[in-house]
Formats: sequence, structure tokens, C-alpha cells
Amino acid sequence: MASRLIDEYFRQSKLPHIWCPGCGHGILMRDVAQAIDNLGLDKHKVVIVSGIGCSSRAAGYMDFDTIHTTHGRAIAFATGIKLAKPELNVIVITGDGDAAAIGGNHLIHACRRNIDLTVVVFNNNIYGMTGGQYSPTTPTGDFGTTAPYGNIDLSFDLPALAQAAGATYTGRGTAFHVPQTVKLIENGIKNKGLSLIDCVSVCPTYYGRKNKKGSAVDMMKWQRDNAVDAKKAASMSEEELKGKLVIGEMYHREKPEYTAEYQKLIEKVGGAK
Amino acid sequence: MASPTKKLCVKPEWCKGCGICVAFCPTETLELKNGKISIAKPESCVACGMCEMRCPDYAVYLTEEGDN
Repeated sequence: MASRLIDEYFRQSKLPHIWCPGCGHGILMRDVAQAIDNLGLDKHKVVIVSGIGCSSRAAGYMDFDTIHTTHGRAIAFATGIKLAKPELNVIVITGDGDAAAIGGNHLIHACRRNIDLTVVVFNNNIYGMTGGQYSPTTPTGDFGTTAPYGNIDLSFDLPALAQAAGATYTGRGTAFHVPQTVKLIENGIKNKGLSLIDCVSVCPTYYGRKNKKGSAVDMMKWQRDNAVDAKKAASMSEEELKGKLVIGEMYHREKPEYTAEYQKLIEKVGGAK
Repeated sequence: MASPTKKLCVKPEWCKGCGICVAFCPTETLELKNGKISIAKPESCVACGMCEMRCPDYAVYLTEEGDN
């Protein structure tokens, strides 16, 4: 017996999960279930699609129709599922490396098409599963096993990347800010188009240890103390925002959605009878 | 001041001892005992749910009285 939410939406035979002690991914996975529950979605109309990496273990634990795909290709599989059955709510759970490096092109082109997928990025700022290599969201100057002298790359701002590529809903949550993150995921699911929610996790085992960020509790307190809502951030200078984490809703617009446009095309040319 | 309707439950077999629940409980209700979650002061629980929403391992939760 566990809580109602866990009983209803998780495969308890697979729990406890294999994520490390204090890993934020367990919190974020619960946020996804909470958002689905809050919206009252029919669980038989929800598909969870994941790629490869720590994040992508989620598809094994969540009790929906789920598919654990290949590295970086979760969005490509999700695109196929959504086009075949547009009535389904297709949620992609991916990581920072899976979404923005290996699957970077799938991500930007899904955004460009504005296909109705909800992409939830469990962003732990590092490649956790393979031992702590730096990722596209590792902050400049931070350390990884492949950046022993500090990372010289500039990092991706995932919501900004998605917005620039054409996504119609973007936002950022954290492992600490549970109600806000649940709300962003709900809004992302409701948006008829490509939604990307950058969920900043905590990885005490690799990112935290490599960068002397302390325990999982310390890392979550950092999120609590340094997060700034996007509305407030809009009136702050670059200097004031240094070292801060901007969270909240970042962008929301309406644009034609891909599966709807595809259906119109089928009707127009009279195919697929 | 325990909640009249909600009951705090723990599932130590799922607990990995990260201490997040203990750190964010506003009333110091929870503790780690031999590295696992334990309810130190059930009477001080205000059923706010801070522990449940942030436990990465689903090892602490609130139920309505009468549920399990």
C-alpha cells in the first residue's frame, strides 16, 4: 500500500526505483502523475514515451501505456504515436542530454512543427547514468568527468531554445517547487501544440558531488533560495539575475498544430480512406 | 496539533534515507532512524504534505482517516 496517487499511476512491483538517494527525478515523476490526476485524464488515453538516461527510467515505473525508446529518439517515436492516434495525450519524459544533445534535432523539429506533445525534461545538468559527463545544460565553469578543469561551453536555455524553434508553451520548474511544476506540466498537457517544461532536478551523486553542491537537501535549498519567477525576472537586470534560476511560465502562444494540419490535408486530398 | 482527518504514513522499505522530508517538515515531526524514515512526533504533524510532495521515493504520505 502506498498513497492513492502512487497506487493509481505507478507499477508498484517496480518500486522502489533505482534512482540514487535524494535524486530529484522521483519528485518530478510524481509531479507528472499529479498533473495527469489533476486534469482528470483517462489513463488509457495517456502515453508516456522516454529515451535513454536516468530520466528515461520513468517509463518503466509509470502505469500507463509506456515506451522506453532509443537514445535521443523519444520525440521521434512520440511523433509517430501522436500522428497515428491524435486523440492520445502523448507525454515525453527525457533528460537534458537525451533531449538537447543526442536528440537535439528531433527536439527542434518537433517544436518547429508544433506537434501536440508535452516534453518534460528531467534536467539534472549532467549525464548521470554514464558517470557524470558534462551535458548541454551543465553551467559554464562547472565540472564533470569529461570537464576536469571546468566546462568552457555555454549552456542551453531549454525553454528559450524550444520557443525559438517554434514551441507554443514553455516553462521551467524545479524539484523543490512542486505545486508550480505540477501546474506547468498541466498547462503543457492542455496546450494544443508542442510544450516543453524544463524541470531542474537535483543530482547529488554526480553533478552535486563533482561541483561541491552538498547533499540533496542542500541542492533543494539552493533551488528554494535562488529561484526567481519569470514575471519578476522580466524587470530585473542581467547583473541582478546572475546566479539565479528563472522559473515559471516563459511563453504561451497559439499556432496551427501539426496533427490537425495533417488531418486537414488528408481531407483535402481525399486520401487514407 | 495532529490533523483531525489526515493520517501520516511511512513506508520505510522504500526509503533511501536522503533526509529531504526531515529537512522540509516545518514541525520536526519526522526523523531518520538507522537511515530510514520514522515518525518522531506524530502529534506535531499538521498534515501540510510537504514531505509527501518532495519524497523522491514515495516513502511518506498522508491518507484520509479510514483509508489505509
